[in-house]
Amino acid sequence: MTTIDTHSKRQPGWKRYAFANHFRNAEDEFDACKLGFWLFLATEILLFAGLFCAYAMYRVKFPEAFAAGSHHLDIRWGGLNTLVLLVSSFTVAMSIRCAQLDNQKWLRINLVITILCAFMFFFIKLTFEYIPKWSHGIRPGVLYSNPFAGHPQEPVWWSVYYGATGIHALHVLIGASLLLWCLYRSLRYKAYGPTHYTMLENSGLYWHLVDVIWIFLFPLLYLIH
Amino acid sequence: MTTIPTPHDHGHHEGSYLTPPKGGFFAAVIQWATTVDHKKLGVMYTVAVLSLFMVGGLAALLVRVELWEPTRVVLNEAGEAVTTGQFFQLGKTPAENYTWYNRFFTIHGAIMVFLVIVPGVPATLGNFLLPLMLGAKDVAFPRLNLLSWYIYCTGALFAILSLINTGVDTGWTFYAPYSSSHAANTYNNVVLMTTAAFILGFSSILTGLNFIVTIHKLRCPGMGWFDMPLFVWAMYATSIIQVLATPVIGITLLLLIFERIFHVGIFDPAMGGDPVLFQHFFWFYSHPVVYVMILPGMGIASEMIAVHARKPIFGYRAIAFASLGIAGVGFLVWGHHMFTAMGELASTIFSALTFFVAIPTAVKVFNWIATLYKGSIAFNTPMLYALTFLFLFSIGGLTGLPLATLATDMHLHDSYFVVAHFHYVMMGGTIIAFIGGLHHWWPKITGKMYTEWVGMTGCIMVFIGFNVTFFTQFFLGTQGMPRRYASYIDEFQTLHQISTVGSMILGAGMFVQLGNFLHSIVAGKKAPPNPWGGLSLEWYADSPPSEHNFHHEPILTHGPYDYEDVYPPHCDPADFPLPEPLPAGAKHH
Repeated sequence: MTTIDTHSKRQPGWKRYAFANHFRNAEDEFDACKLGFWLFLATEILLFAGLFCAYAMYRVKFPEAFAAGSHHLDIRWGGLNTLVLLVSSFTVAMSIRCAQLDNQKWLRINLVITILCAFMFFFIKLTFEYIPKWSHGIRPGVLYSNPFAGHPQEPVWWSVYYGATGIHALHVLIGASLLLWCLYRSLRYKAYGPTHYTMLENSGLYWHLVDVIWIFLFPLLYLIH
Repeated sequence: MTTIPTPHDHGHHEGSYLTPPKGGFFAAVIQWATTVDHKKLGVMYTVAVLSLFMVGGLAALLVRVELWEPTRVVLNEAGEAVTTGQFFQLGKTPAENYTWYNRFFTIHGAIMVFLVIVPGVPATLGNFLLPLMLGAKDVAFPRLNLLSWYIYCTGALFAILSLINTGVDTGWTFYAPYSSSHAANTYNNVVLMTTAAFILGFSSILTGLNFIVTIHKLRCPGMGWFDMPLFVWAMYATSIIQVLATPVIGITLLLLIFERIFHVGIFDPAMGGDPVLFQHFFWFYSHPVVYVMILPGMGIASEMIAVHARKPIFGYRAIAFASLGIAGVGFLVWGHHMFTAMGELASTIFSALTFFVAIPTAVKVFNWIATLYKGSIAFNTPMLYALTFLFLFSIGGLTGLPLATLATDMHLHDSYFVVAHFHYVMMGGTIIAFIGGLHHWWPKITGKMYTEWVGMTGCIMVFIGFNVTFFTQFFLGTQGMPRRYASYIDEFQTLHQISTVGSMILGAGMFVQLGNFLHSIVAGKKAPPNPWGGLSLEWYADSPPSEHNFHHEPILTHGPYDYEDVYPPHCDPADFPLPEPLPAGAKHH
C-alpha cells in the first residue's frame, strides 16, 4: 500500500516515503498509525491487568505465602534490571529524537544501546534468576519441588511470579525484535528521518510499555514483603 | 441536489471488485488470498461465518433431537445399564449418550459464540460497509485487516481440530476446575479449544482497532461525527468493547492453558487457586462481549428501519449515544453471572447496574418504533427482518430483567429460562439482524437481487420456528428444567417436543434463506446501484462497488437519513417522492 517514489533511489528512505493511497496526506497516516498503536498498547495493559488482578487477589488470600516467596527474590538483580530498562527507555526516546533531527549516526547508536539493554535484561533474568531458581525446584504449580517451602500455598506465588515475569520477558523479546527490525531498516534504507519515522516511534512506544509494566512488577514482586 | 459524484458522472469505468483477474482460476485464488481489499475480506468472512453457522446450527438440531424423549435407563440381561425406547440418542450406553450430548452443546456454543456471533457482523458487513459508509477507499490498516482474517482462519482451524479430535465437553464457558482438571480424554481438546478462542481474540482486537482508527481518520470531507450512519456508530461502540475487553479473555485463557498443562494452581482449588476468579475474569470479557454481539445488530436494525420506512431516524443522537452507553455500562455488569457465588452487597450492586443497561436499550427500541410511526413502510424482506428483530429482541431484553433481579434469579438461574433469554437476544437479535442485513445489502455486495417472496417466506418460517423453539423454553425454565441436561422428567416431554419441532421449522427456514442466496448468485436479476432508495454513501457506489469504492472521493452534503429533503441517488425521483412542503413554521417529525 505504500507509495514510494522510485525515480530518486539515491534519496534516503524517509524522503522517498510518501503515504498509503487510502489516506489523504502523510499527517493523517501518521496520526492514524499512532492512534492505532495507542489502542494496541491499551490492549497490552489490559492483558497484564488480569495478572495484576490475580496477584492482588492471591496476595490478600495468602499473605504469608507471598511474603515467603518474595523473600527468595534478590532485590539487587531486580534493581539492576530496572536500571537497565530505564536506561534503554531513555536511549530509545533519544533515537526517535535523532530521527526528527535527521542525525542518522546517533539514531543508530541509541538503537544499538537499547537493543543491547534488552538482551542484557533478558540475560540477567535468565542466568541469575530463572535458571538457579528452577534448578532448586522453585517452580510454578505442581512442578514446584523445593522441600523448604515457607508456606503450603507458595507454589501459587511462584505461578504468579513466573506467569507475570515470563509474559513480560516475552514482551522484552518482541520489543527487541521490533527495534532490531528498525535498526536494519535504518542501516539499509535510512528509513527514518524528520518527515517519516512512524515505525520507529511506535516501536519506541512499545518499548516504553515494556518498561512501564516492569516498573509495576518490580515493587510488587521484589519490594513488598 | 448533491455534489457527490456518481458512477455515471464520467466516462471511464473501473471493474467491480468482483471482476476476476486475467490468468484464470489460480490467479483468482491468489488475488483473493492476498487481497487487502476490505470488500473481498468482508465477503470471505461472510462465507466462513455462514458455513460455521451451519455447523453450529446442525449441532443444535442434534441436541434438540436428542431431547425429543427423556433417556430411560434399564438394565439388560447382562446387568448393564442401557437406554431404551429413546427416539434418538448420541451414544449406545447412557454414559456415552450423556458425554456426546455434552460435546454437542459445547460445539454448538463455542462455534456460535467465538466463530459466528462475535466476529459475525463486524467482520462481515462491518468490513464491507464501514469504508463505503464513510466514503473511504479502505479501512485504515488494510494489511492488518488481512492479517486479522488469517488469524481468524487459524483460530477456526484449532477449533475444528479440537472438534475432530472428539470435541470438548466443558460448555463454551470452560469453567475451571472442570476444564482444568477433569476428563483425561479431553485433555488436549480443552487446550486446543481455548487456544482457538485465544487466537480468535486477536482477530477480534485487530478488527476493532482498525475500525476505531478508520472512523476517526477516514471520514470523507464534510462528514462530521453526527453525519455518520448509525451502523457506523454501532460499529464504533462495538470496536471499543472489542479492544478493551478481549485482552482480558486473552490472559484468562492463557492462564487456563498454563493451568491445564503445568497445573500452576491459579484456578484449581486443590492447589489453593480460586475457580470463581476464573468466572470473574471470564465474564469480565464475556459479558461486554454480549454487547459486541448485539450492538452491530442494533446498528443494522437502525439502517433497515430508516431506509425501508423512508423516514429520518427518530432520535439520531439518542441512538448513537445509547450505543456508547451500552458499551460503557456493559463493562460494569459481569458479576450478574455469579449472583450465587458472591456476597449480598456485591450482588445487589451488580443487579442495580444490570438494570441500567435496560435504559439505553429501551431508548433504542422506542426510537425505532417512533421512526416507523407514519413512515411509508416498504413491506419487503429486510423490513420483515427488522420487525422480527424488534419483536424478538424486545422479548429477549425484557426477560433479562427477571434475571437481573436477585430474588427471581435465584429461581431461574441456570435454567431453560436463561437459555431462552439469551437465544432471544443472540439469535432473535443479532442473527436475525445479520440475516436481515445480508438481504438489505445483498444487492450492493453481489450486484444481484434475491427473490423477494422466497426471502419473505424464509423470514416467516424463521420467525415461527424461532418462537416455537424458544418461547416454550421460558415455560420449561420457570417449571425448573435445568440447562445442559441430556435428560429430564417425563412431565417436561410435551414442551421439549414442541421446542424440537420448532427448531426443525427454524432450521428449514434457514435453508430456504441459504437457497435464496445461492439462487440469486447463479440466476439473480442484476441489481441497480440503489434498489431501496437509501441515502448513505454506500448507495452512491456501484453495485457491486468498483475496486476503490468510489470514482472520486465523495464530499458529503446531506445526512444519511434526510429522506424528506433529498432525492436518493441513482433512483427515479418519481419512485421516491419527497413529502409536500409544509407551511412555514411547521416541522416534519
